[in-house]
This record gives sequence, structure tokens and C-alpha cells, in this order.
Amino acid sequence: MKLMEMNHVGKAFDGVPVIRDISLSVEEGEIVSIIGPSGSGKSTLLRCATMLETMDSGELIYMGEKAAWSDETGKMTFASKRDLKRICENYGLVFQNFNLFPHFSVMKNITDAPIAVQKRDKEEVYRTGRELLKKMGLEDKENAYPCQLSGGQCQRVAIARALALNPKILFFDEPTSALDPELTGEVLKVIKSLADLDIAMVIVTHEMAFARDISDRVIFMADGVIVEEGTPEVVFASDNERTRSFLGRYGEMLK
Amino acid sequence: MSVSMMVSQLAGGMFVSVQIFVVTLVFSLPLGMIVAFGRMSRNPLLQGIVKVYISIMRGTPLMLQLMVVYFGPYYLFGIKITNSYRLWAALIGFVINYAAYFAEIYRSGIQSMPVGQYEAAKLLGYGKMQTFFKIILPQVIKRILPSVTNEVITLVKDTSLAFTISVLEMFAIAKALASSQTSLIPFAAAGIFYYLFNLVVAVGMDYAEKKLAYYQ
Ligand SMILES: Nc1ncnc2c1ncn2[C@@H]1O[C@H](COP(=O)(O)OP(=O)(O)OP(=O)(O)O)[C@@H](O)[C@H]1O
Ligand SMILES: [Mg+2]
Repeated sequence: MKLMEMNHVGKAFDGVPVIRDISLSVEEGEIVSIIGPSGSGKSTLLRCATMLETMDSGELIYMGEKAAWSDETGKMTFASKRDLKRICENYGLVFQNFNLFPHFSVMKNITDAPIAVQKRDKEEVYRTGRELLKKMGLEDKENAYPCQLSGGQCQRVAIARALALNPKILFFDEPTSALDPELTGEVLKVIKSLADLDIAMVIVTHEMAFARDISDRVIFMADGVIVEEGTPEVVFASDNERTRSFLGRYGEMLK
Repeated sequence: MSVSMMVSQLAGGMFVSVQIFVVTLVFSLPLGMIVAFGRMSRNPLLQGIVKVYISIMRGTPLMLQLMVVYFGPYYLFGIKITNSYRLWAALIGFVINYAAYFAEIYRSGIQSMPVGQYEAAKLLGYGKMQTFFKIILPQVIKRILPSVTNEVITLVKDTSLAFTISVLEMFAIAKALASSQTSLIPFAAAGIFYYLFNLVVAVGMDYAEKKLAYYQ
């Protein structure tokens, strides 16, 4: 079943189109990487998918339920507030710069939304929180505050925070771009370890080797359109000129 | 007049000063938040009105504002001013003046919050109210505490302006005593009082800042 579906999505900033007629769908448990040059609209695409940005045209569907759609006249309609609240529970987003809540401890960052938003049982949420921290290799940081952690540790907390809400699909926007190279590895390792959790992941990344190793499907974007998509083997061996010129820089690294 | 009588008269004035101080804070701190929301409103009319209000409150002397609140009802509507209205006028004047200053402090604090905090909260499913009260406000309070401390310390000294509409607070009584007793001691006592009052305020605010220092 399709978890998420975007059809003919368009988005412009101040009249300048950034996303043009993009259609994309994600299956249950699928891992999709989005690669492409800076400014090609990758972040904007994720922000439209997570409704941080309102798309100008097209439709957005989660689990067969329409979240936003445009009619023949081009006018956008959004699902009702109540429906959107339910639809939003399907996905989570991990930001490039974490956006942890600095005044909450690590544990509170992870457990507050499940308790305050999803109204889940406190005991159960804390148990889940501890399990997630263990999975992230941060079991000893439960009571630390984000300012006491390294960037890599912050990002792992942010991942745990997103996972605690049990999303079906998790979006990552360059989860390692704000990190030193030494810290990148630990975060990528954690993301890889999520592959067997059976949640779908859509990852915007500049880490080509990582994208090749983890993805079921790779999407190459340029100038607001999907230039090419397919299995890592296909995309990384593409003869499409634009794909090749972009990957050229990484070609050495991948060999 | 004996020293003990002077002290007891001054103590009465002290009580009035503290009263003005407490009432002003209790009402202007929350009112300032409402004013700040008006100032940030997307409704241009509301925003315009609030802008004018803030600019008048900040652009004219507090002493003059107190006089307008006190004498205004008589000159504008011919309402007879009663003696008991004095303290009320002072309280109203202080509250609306300080609310304007606090509103601007709140606004700068709220607008300095990174948009990522709102976005993270939205994605985690927090509603507007939850986001504001759980995520944004606690961080704003930490950010604005130094500016609030400044205002509170100014307020301690500003309470003496109530003497312009003959409210018998600390300073008015010290002045009356000084001239009737031809002595400067009442002024010295008043000075010590304001200083000690502010010392207490500073210690309290310092404590609050330390309490919030557990994160950056
Ligand atoms: N809020 C905004 N207002 C105006 N222009 C924007 C806004 N957000 C993005 N853009 C523009 O849209 C284009 C695509 O930006 P986007 O951030 O989606 O690219 P990206 O592929 O994520 O790039 P990067 O790899 O550098 O993160 C850029 O030209 C950018 O300047
Ligand atoms: Mg980006």
C-alpha cells in the first residue's frame, strides 16, 4: 500500500518555481534517498510533504487520505484541522539542525509529545523512550540537556524523538550536514539500524555511499524536477548526462 | 516629633509604595503579554492602535500620564474626583505604562525565537496553545529576564512619582516630614528604603536567572 503519494506538486517562492510538477510515492517500509545539487528543491519538497510549506498545486495523500489537493481552477484545499491532525501522525521529520527543545532534558524531549499530544500512558512512553535511547547508544544521557551533547548525540536524540511518536514514514533533511565528519558516521549508523524497524524513510542526503548502501530507491533531483529515479545500481550507473555530471564529483568516493 | 513617630509615618508610606509596586507587576506583566499579541496581530487596525498606545506610553513622561489618569475624568467628563481615586489613578497609570514596556520586551523575546522551534513543535503534533506555553514561553522568559529585571528596578524608583498626584507613598511622606521637621533624615531614610527594596529585587531576579541557567 502507498503510504504517501504526491501528485503533480508545484511550489514557487515569489513567483520563482522551486518545485515543478513532482510526483512521488513511498511504499510501506521503503527507503528512498533524494540526492541532487544545492538549490534543486530537495528541502522544499520535504517541507511540502510534511506541510511546513503550503504547496501551490498538486495533491498530497497519506494512507489513501487526501491532506491537500488543488481543483481544476488551481485553488488549493486542505483537509480539515481534525483530519490533518490525524494525517500528521503518519510522518515525522528529522531536521538538519535538530531543533531539539533546549529547556527539556533528553528524556523529556522524547516523551513529552507522546504524553501531551498522543495522550499515551506515561509508564509506557518512558519505557519506549528508554528503549529508543538504548538503540541510539545514549542510555546514559537520559537526564542531560541538549546543550551538554555533541551534534551527533543531538541528532540521535532528534531521531529518537521522532520515532517515539510511532510514525509510519520518517523524513530526514540532510541529517548529517551540520555535523563534523567524525560525528557523521555515528548518525548514519543509527539511521541504517532503523532499516529493520519497518518504517519508511525518505532521506535527503549528500552522503552518496550511504544513499547507495541503504536505499531501495534513489531519486535524483535538479532544478525542481525529478531527473531520474530507480534502484541505487541504476541511478549510480546512469548515463543521463545531468546525473553523471552531478555524480561525477562523488564517483571517486564510490569506487 | 520623636524618631519613632517619623519611622511609623515612613513605614505607612513604605506600605503604599510596596502596594503600588506589587499591584503594578501583578497586572502589567500579564497585560503586557496581551498587548504584545495585539502588537504582533495580523489585523492592521488592532496592530495600529496598539502601536500608537505603546508609542504614547513610551514617548511621554510617566508623571504626565499619572496626571492625565487622575485629572482626566474631571476635565473630559466632568466627573468629580474623589480623594480615594488618587491611589486608583496611580495604580491604573502605572499598570498601563508598564504594560507597554513589558509588551515590547515580550515581543522582542518572542520574535527572537528561531522558527525551527515552531516547526519541530508542529511536526510533533503540538497545538498552537501547547506550542506557546510549553515550548516558546519558557524559552522567552529566560531570554527576557535581564530586560525585565531592569524594568522592575526602574519601577521601584518610579513608584515615587505617585507623589505628583499626592498619593501618600514613601517619597511624599519623606518630603512632608523633611519640611515640617526641617531635617534631611527622612530623605536619607527614604533613600535607604529604595536601595534596600531594590537589593531584594536584584537578589530575587538573580535567583530566577540562576534557576534558568540549567540550559543555554
Ligand atoms: N522560504 C523561502 N523563500 C524564498 N526562497 C526560498 C525559500 N526556501 C527555499 N527557497 C529557494 O528555493 C530554492 C530551493 O531551495 P531548497 O532549500 O529546497 O534546496 P535544496 O535542494 O534543499 O538545497 P540544499 O542542498 O542546499 O539544501 C533555492 O533557490 C532557495 O533559495
Ligand atoms: Mg536543503
